[in-house]
Amino acid sequence: MFILIVGCGRVGSSVARAMLSEGHEVSCLDEDPESHARLEVGLDKGWEDLGGQFTVGAGLETDALLAAGIENADAFIASTDGDNTNIVIAQIAQRRYEVPTVIARILDPLRAEWYERQGMHTICPTRVAIDMLESAVREGAPRSAGSPDGNGAAEAA
Amino acid sequence: MYIIVVGAGKVGWNLARELLDKKHEVTVIENNRRRYLTVEQELEHNVSYGDASELWVLERAGIQRADMVIAVTGDDEDNMLICQVAREKYEVERIIARVNNPRNKPHFDLLGIKPSVSATDLILRLLEHEVPDYGLVHLLDLQEEQLEIIEMLLGKDCAVTGRRVGDLKMPEGSLLISILRNGKGFVPGPDTVLEVGDEVLAVLDPGHEEQLKVLFGPGDGSNGNRSDDGG
Repeated sequence: MFILIVGCGRVGSSVARAMLSEGHEVSCLDEDPESHARLEVGLDKGWEDLGGQFTVGAGLETDALLAAGIENADAFIASTDGDNTNIVIAQIAQRRYEVPTVIARILDPLRAEWYERQGMHTICPTRVAIDMLESAVREGAPRSAGSPDGNGAAEAA
Repeated sequence: MYIIVVGAGKVGWNLARELLDKKHEVTVIENNRRRYLTVEQELEHNVSYGDASELWVLERAGIQRADMVIAVTGDDEDNMLICQVAREKYEVERIIARVNNPRNKPHFDLLGIKPSVSATDLILRLLEHEVPDYGLVHLLDLQEEQLEIIEMLLGKDCAVTGRRVGDLKMPEGSLLISILRNGKGFVPGPDTVLEVGDEVLAVLDPGHEEQLKVLFGPGDGSNGNRSDDGG
């Protein structure tokens, strides 16, 4: 598969490395030239030497998207640090370039939920964190099994 | 009407003032704290602090009952998202989006965000207006209504000056709606005689610009060269 990742932060770069090591073709697009270095964290060879592609540009720029190969992409991941940018470019990838698999990372659970209902494939890390925290708290044992009210904590045991 | 304006920059603030003057109910949403405090001194309860791309901020501003949402922030993605959510989630009937970078205009169109207004485009059109041989300026495209309003400056070599409006063979689907002369605007009647220096506003169906350009352009054989025979 040819995978285009827009937004090469911690998430984007990690996914990019993983996909490349699994033998996929991977192209990254980011406004910040420095983000290229993040791709090479933990690698003993350069990103391009391993067959990766990297383009400097914004996800909204048509020229940048074309240079990064959007027309041939089988999958598109929007993982910039802006929710609205991700939502907009995911729709561009879907509607204009008809990329078969489009995934948008959206931090705000409310926006993620609504766009998910509109048919967008969204990943909401905040939602995941909320769910994990809630269940972790529920699973936790109280300090003292014998204190029915929360106030007994100090004199417990 | 209840109108929500997103972004209290120069555009949003002045827009809010005008709308309030016209007795509309207005809420401006601004997400920069300092800017909010500045604007709040004048607009008081008509300005609300928050990031309007967060749905609860829109809901707190009463988007469910809004008749219109105008997104004029400096960020095109924000304007697109806010308008999309306003129309598709909250079923706001009228939206207007500001385009900051004209290259993003196709994205607004792709997401169905209409009308969208670009200051750069407007200024470009004014520039075109200053170029003598470009006689026709787009003032407004009402795409859904299939109407355009254009402005023409009648130059010295214009074929129709000195003629009565009633004698003009206007293309079908077009209408002269206003004449600006010596800084004053009026609605022309059939007996109004066009003069050099008039700025003429016409409303027309899209696609008729060329015919109007010919009619109001420099005189040639077919139209009579600066003829004074009309009227």
